[in-house]
Amino acid sequence: MKTVGLLLMPAGFFLLLAALVLFPAPPLRGIFAACGLAVELLGFGVAIRGHLEQRRGEEISSGRKEAGR
Amino acid sequence: MTAPLDGFPVHAADVLGLALLFIAPLTLAGIALVNAGLGRSRSAAQSLLGSLTLVAVSAIAFAAVGSVVATGPGYTLEFAGRSWNVMGGGSFLLLHLRDTPVGVQSRLFFEFLALALCVLIPWGSGTDRWRLAGGCAGATIVGGIVFPLLTHWTWNNGWLAQLGANFGLGMGFLEPGGAATVHALGGLSALALVWILGPRKGKFPKEGLATAMPAHNATYVLIGCLIATAGWLAWNGAGALICLHADAASLPVTAINTLLSAAAALVTTFVVTRARFGKPDASLCANGWLAGLVTSTACAAIVNPPEALLTGAVAGFITPLLVEVMELALSIDDPAGAITAHGVGGLWGLLAAGIFAPQPGQFLAQVVGIATLLGLLFPLLYLLFAVVNRIVPFRVEPDGERLGMDLHELGGGAYPEFVLHRDDSYR
Repeated sequence: MKTVGLLLMPAGFFLLLAALVLFPAPPLRGIFAACGLAVELLGFGVAIRGHLEQRRGEEISSGRKEAGR
Repeated sequence: MTAPLDGFPVHAADVLGLALLFIAPLTLAGIALVNAGLGRSRSAAQSLLGSLTLVAVSAIAFAAVGSVVATGPGYTLEFAGRSWNVMGGGSFLLLHLRDTPVGVQSRLFFEFLALALCVLIPWGSGTDRWRLAGGCAGATIVGGIVFPLLTHWTWNNGWLAQLGANFGLGMGFLEPGGAATVHALGGLSALALVWILGPRKGKFPKEGLATAMPAHNATYVLIGCLIATAGWLAWNGAGALICLHADAASLPVTAINTLLSAAAALVTTFVVTRARFGKPDASLCANGWLAGLVTSTACAAIVNPPEALLTGAVAGFITPLLVEVMELALSIDDPAGAITAHGVGGLWGLLAAGIFAPQPGQFLAQVVGIATLLGLLFPLLYLLFAVVNRIVPFRVEPDGERLGMDLHELGGGAYPEFVLHRDDSYR
């Protein structure tokens, strides 16, 4: 999940670059750029969620190890 | 006023910029003290030695490899009818440095100092568990690859600096004092590092709230802030002269804005922590002060004093709340609070510079710069750190963490005559 989020972030960045190249007029360019930034932030959110799930998984596995002892 | 030196004229602004750069390393001393103070007493010597070592290793990596990428006219890609200056083409090991004008040499010295500060930021976040060898590997990655790329894009006429000329976006991406190249990049590398390192042992118990691991020496932290402020005033002045080519007459306003931004941030953090905890929190107030200074690196040379006050106040409001959210909600163990103070403070400063700059399109230029940091450089940093972590493990062994980094890595503590308290988290 963290990897998906980290891959989504560059996708948003390239979307934002595309906005600069494709739309010379300010309003459309701004809207498209905002969409690119939103995709980046979405990716960042997914990566954070992935980190939390990873932490929870580590806690469960360390709990099992301790119970096994 | 100009005087010839080896065929190159030396301008008064060059001399003034250099003089300010000689004071700017006080920032490094301040941040190193803050990092050591916010960690535990059993890791204090390793923290300070690590600060020196990381500065040394990153400087060598930058001189050997990074400066090739960062400096020089560069390689330009032609795409979509526009030229994108993506990489420099300087000389290996700075072989031709003596043949360049004094202004170029000053800029390079500024970049060396910026890199030194940039690598100290994640070092604070990894305190009590980041091995020296791992720290050096991380500093090599930042100094050899990531920092030079961003430096070229922003300070050496790269594609971000040319956003104004190529796309009509204000003056291009503006960051005269290193809000992006130093603080946002340092804060994001701290986040990538903390994700890879994991939290300190005992920080997040299986049940209940996160364990409080308070700063071992609040005096170091607060004196570090004062020392850093002296360096910061010089730093922002040097940045305005070198990166914005500002007039020397603008330096007093830049210095006043720097101070106002930090002051507003401190007062706001003071009030917020007083309201939340009943008493002001010393380490959070220090983080608030630093966040104000960080914000000023983007804005001080551009905005007016009331705007500097406002940007500082916002940074001071965000900092204590976000430190709490990161620890309690996001399970991120950042002992120095560097991700918030430097990372978020830097990003907010960059955005504020876009809000208050008078040029049309400047806001979008700042957004593109922020998007580059978040969307391109953060994943790159995480990937590089993860790969290097497989070769040189970043995290110390559990026994080393229990003993403390000083005893484990250096064989002796920072305070040999003090009695160390037993660590309750290892019961």
